[in-house]
Amino acid sequence: MTFDRRDFPLLMGTDIAYLDNAATAQRPQCVLDAEKDFYEKANANPLRGLYPLSIAATEAYEEAREAVRGFLNAKRKEEIIFTRNTTESINLVAYSYGLSHVKAGDEVLVSIMEHHSNLLPWQMVCRQTGAVLRFIECEMDGSIDLNKVEQLITPRTKIVAMTQVSNVLGRVNPIREVADLAHRVGAVMVVDGAQSTPHMPVDVQALGADFLAFSGHKVYGPMGIGALYGRYELLEKMPPFLTGGEMIESVTREGATYAELPYKFEAGTCNAAGAVGLHAAIDYVEQAGFQRMHEREVALVARALTGIQAMPWIHVLGSDKAEEHSGIITFTVDGVHPHDISEILASDGVAIRAGHHCAQPLLKYLGHPSTARASLAFYNTEEDVDRLLASLSTLRERMGYGK
Amino acid sequence: MENRSFYNEILTEHNIHPEFKHDLPDADIVLEGVNPSCGDDIFLKLKLDGDVIADGAFVGDGCAISQASADIMLGMIIGRKKEEALHMGEVFLKMIKGEATEDEIESLEEASALRDIAHMPARVKCAVLGWRTLKEALGNKEEA
Repeated sequence: MTFDRRDFPLLMGTDIAYLDNAATAQRPQCVLDAEKDFYEKANANPLRGLYPLSIAATEAYEEAREAVRGFLNAKRKEEIIFTRNTTESINLVAYSYGLSHVKAGDEVLVSIMEHHSNLLPWQMVCRQTGAVLRFIECEMDGSIDLNKVEQLITPRTKIVAMTQVSNVLGRVNPIREVADLAHRVGAVMVVDGAQSTPHMPVDVQALGADFLAFSGHKVYGPMGIGALYGRYELLEKMPPFLTGGEMIESVTREGATYAELPYKFEAGTCNAAGAVGLHAAIDYVEQAGFQRMHEREVALVARALTGIQAMPWIHVLGSDKAEEHSGIITFTVDGVHPHDISEILASDGVAIRAGHHCAQPLLKYLGHPSTARASLAFYNTEEDVDRLLASLSTLRERMGYGK
Repeated sequence: MENRSFYNEILTEHNIHPEFKHDLPDADIVLEGVNPSCGDDIFLKLKLDGDVIADGAFVGDGCAISQASADIMLGMIIGRKKEEALHMGEVFLKMIKGEATEDEIESLEEASALRDIAHMPARVKCAVLGWRTLKEALGNKEEA
């Protein structure tokens, strides 16, 4: 393995500059092989059969859980629940913990920069319980003022939900400090790790996270597999989210006793091949090294920001420092709608995202109906960035504005 | 590079210097048209004289395709009978679906500048926003 784009078959087989990594990353060969190998050599329904093949499948699945535990530095393996993705993980917390712990008059606190998947579940909890949803508003550069957070957290606050890295701004939020404030009033801290896990070591104990959700497909793993970390003492007391197969100990005509953790929260046949693929992705990321990946991403973002500075009609959201972007550059262009930006870039073979990035309240708060977003990963090249800049430099002219 | 020429002069000119993007205080019909996923949002305003569209305008925001298409549409339908305008809308839709004949496309005059949308499924909604709103505004329910 080379720990650069050569490990990624899709990138080697296309000449597009793929700059939509915050939406989903590409997968290295070892991840594709791991999934295929599972189906070719170990496929059976895990956790169930007593024959060797099923035992092999169970072992592969449980080794993947151990890999995720290590990846997040959770204390116990039972604290890792496999889900489909971040959205499902947060919904699990909202339906199970939220609906059983939040009462009328309580408060749930979220930041204005949440992805819809860390907002709508809390809107649901508040609607169903009669609790109040409150918002932490960021500064215009995307930073969080802890004094404002402190004022918003009251004895009525039961849940604080915040993303570690905004998918629009790329800035790292002070989760540890917010978690400390939440814990002071007995609230739990729910962290959306979808955009942080691909870019930095995430340690749930150091962060003080009670729950943390992430998606496999953003950390170079397969689609359809994600995980939820939950503190053991909390998970133990929570009711199941989904019920049915695999999550029971025994069932009678009238009821059931539920399986132990983590199986209580993993109803139905699991995505074992996805978990095995995620295991391979975690191994890959750990071998590549976050420090090395971070240095690459900062260098590429710096190159892009410098190039963009020469085009005064382009406005970048968030910090002006490359190291505060987690590879994400969200921008607007005077007189050119983001969908037209994306279309023209696409015609030059540059793939970026345009729209509201599933963060409509943030964009509204910052005063932009929609924006364009280029998001870089360590495997992108200087050439990718230069193609982005070259295409951007022709935008206004191609949209009919004079030079 | 095929669609490099897609943002042709007709389209960009109607986007930057629209002729009909303004208020129409004495409009008889005002209807909003929205593409929620992209944020295109227009208000189509029409003034009728019996069966004839005597005047029209639009206001709003959106991508170049949605704005230019609405502007081109108004240039074509003002002074025409309602049914003629609706017929044009049907031909336009056929063109966008890639089902129109060359003669039909030619009959669309300036709107034929948008014919390449047929190869751009993600932008179809943008191109038809104005026409779709027109159809609703004229209350053509039986065909909707």
